[in-house]
Amino acid sequence: MFNLFFEPSTRTRTTFEIAAKRLSADVINLNISTSSQSKGETLLDTIDNLAAMHADMFVVRHAASGAAHLIARHVAPHRHVINAGDGRHAHPTQGLLDAYTIRHYKRDFTRLAVAVVGDILHSRVARSLIHALTTLGTPDVRAIGPQTLLPTGVESLGVRVFHDMREGLRDADVIVMLRLQNERMKGPLLPSAQEYFKCYGLTAEKLVVAKPDAIVMHPGPMNRGVEIDSMVADGRQAVILPQVTFGIAVRMAVMSLLGGGGAI
Amino acid sequence: MRIHIRGGRLVDPKHRIDGVRDIFVAEGRIVGAGAGVAPAGFRADRVIDATGLVVAPGLVDLAARLREPGLEYKATLDSELYAAVAGGVTTLACPPDTDPPLDEPGLVEMLKRRALSRNLAHVHPVGALTAKLEGARLAEMATLRDAGCVAFSQADAPIADTAVLWRALQYAATLGLPVWLRPQDPMLARDGVAHDGEVATRLGLPGIPAFAETIAVGTILELVRATGTRMHLCRLSTAAGVAMVRAAKGDGLPVTADVDAHHVHLSEIDLTAYDAHCHLVPPLRSLRDRDALRAGLADGTIDAICSDHTPVDEDAKQMPFGESVPGATGLELLLPLTLKWAAERKLALADALARVTCEPARILGVEAGHLGAGAPADVCVFDPEAYVRITPVVLKSQGKNTPFLGYELPGRVRCTLVAGTVRYEAGA
Repeated sequence: MFNLFFEPSTRTRTTFEIAAKRLSADVINLNISTSSQSKGETLLDTIDNLAAMHADMFVVRHAASGAAHLIARHVAPHRHVINAGDGRHAHPTQGLLDAYTIRHYKRDFTRLAVAVVGDILHSRVARSLIHALTTLGTPDVRAIGPQTLLPTGVESLGVRVFHDMREGLRDADVIVMLRLQNERMKGPLLPSAQEYFKCYGLTAEKLVVAKPDAIVMHPGPMNRGVEIDSMVADGRQAVILPQVTFGIAVRMAVMSLLGGGGAI
Repeated sequence: MRIHIRGGRLVDPKHRIDGVRDIFVAEGRIVGAGAGVAPAGFRADRVIDATGLVVAPGLVDLAARLREPGLEYKATLDSELYAAVAGGVTTLACPPDTDPPLDEPGLVEMLKRRALSRNLAHVHPVGALTAKLEGARLAEMATLRDAGCVAFSQADAPIADTAVLWRALQYAATLGLPVWLRPQDPMLARDGVAHDGEVATRLGLPGIPAFAETIAVGTILELVRATGTRMHLCRLSTAAGVAMVRAAKGDGLPVTADVDAHHVHLSEIDLTAYDAHCHLVPPLRSLRDRDALRAGLADGTIDAICSDHTPVDEDAKQMPFGESVPGATGLELLLPLTLKWAAERKLALADALARVTCEPARILGVEAGHLGAGAPADVCVFDPEAYVRITPVVLKSQGKNTPFLGYELPGRVRCTLVAGTVRYEAGA
């Protein structure tokens, strides 16, 4: 199994590695941004070379939307490609582990109100989770953020849009906070981290409008004091660390199913 | 060489002719048309039997990149001009975005001379509106006109400074030269690779909003109003853009417009498999936009269909969608895609062919696109009933990049004449 990361990652890469090792796979980690791509080799040439080393499975993260699809179309059918995040498009195993976390704590998807808060425009995590939730029958999925961080036509993904955070959080069962990348906090999208926190940061005081047993999720890495207050991040409603743990089992399941291990 | 094209269905949109007629060619020109009666003293060196086929004016394409000078690894004059005649295109305009750009007379003359020596399609260079297409200093338009440029354009390069655009249009108007612009606000389009809409949102592709086009159309139309420049708007892509052009024409502004054949058929929906062949400029937009483009073509708001022929090597398409090089090969698809549109809209063949013959010839300002007596004998003979399966092998262009790979499209070109000489014959 080749861990092929064209973008940096800690959590995803590590949990894929742990999951693969628990399944007794050989794991090779490659951080490509520092090797052949910088020498001008194309993405598919890199893949062909690794395939020639008898790779069975590629776990791919890439900055371009659709990169994993391109690779999957290109390689021989017996080689498996797992998308570990492509551009803004999808992060399917994160979506699965988020769905697993919600199921673990809330059981029934068809009775839930789930609020996704923050930078949905650039977030592959949000797209995969929203896709999972609408597929699983969650009736009330909400997207909360300023217009500058919501993609055009986001309603077509099956969400209701809220620009006022308190309104959007009202009676929510699940709150998913998204990371705000530092480079987006200045310039035309947002005036400052302070103002963002004031409007869209999750604080204990905003959390009270959600259901008392609401859980708070975050795909990590967190920016404390930007999108989430430490009181909440470390509070009793947060399930952020269990999310990471569940990620190992979910990724084991994905690799096992793809690798021909059958149902677990 | 005297040629008698016998028994074909002559479709000549400019003269509103659609019926079985013979045509007679001598000295590179049409010397007569009629029911089998040759002009006095005409003895054919060759008779082409066109029974069951359509005999039409050679197509006129307002945008075909030949990639010379400078980009020969993508395509060459030999390959692309042969692709043109194989597609029935006998006259084409090439945009100035070569390397270096067509901003000095030597380059234009060289291109014209090299194209002429190939004896294939007629090539009309479109000169750069600003030096190096940088959008800062005016190009030497009068000199370029004398070297053979038929119009002036920025291709896909922006003019960020509206004051420069204003001055460029004033200067062009002074000389009475037409300006061709593809309307797009460069800042709004900067990072985008797809239409800013539901599909791009789902696929996570950075978007180019429809208003990137309409804001630019608005700016250009206001400057046309002020300067009186003859303006041709290239590659409209939005419903709102079509509406603005319709209104401008209603106001009597000297404006014409074209659409790229791909946009007449495809939409953002075709992007869903991340097919980099659908990475086009401007982006494929919504179905509503596509339908408005079709309606605009039908009512004459949009004057012409062009191929926007852009050969790209396959390596540059074997990349993630957003990183791939945009564009599609099109010279050999212009006729089939026009016929497909006509069939779907149930249009008369002459009305559809007008959009790729006499109308673009009028915009180009050259004598082409019709088969009246005395006209240059640029003729396309095609079988409208034969379907062609589009494959890399079928395409003569060096660019095999098209979203229509695998499609079966109507219209097989059987024979193309340029200036009275057969330059392409199917199976030859």
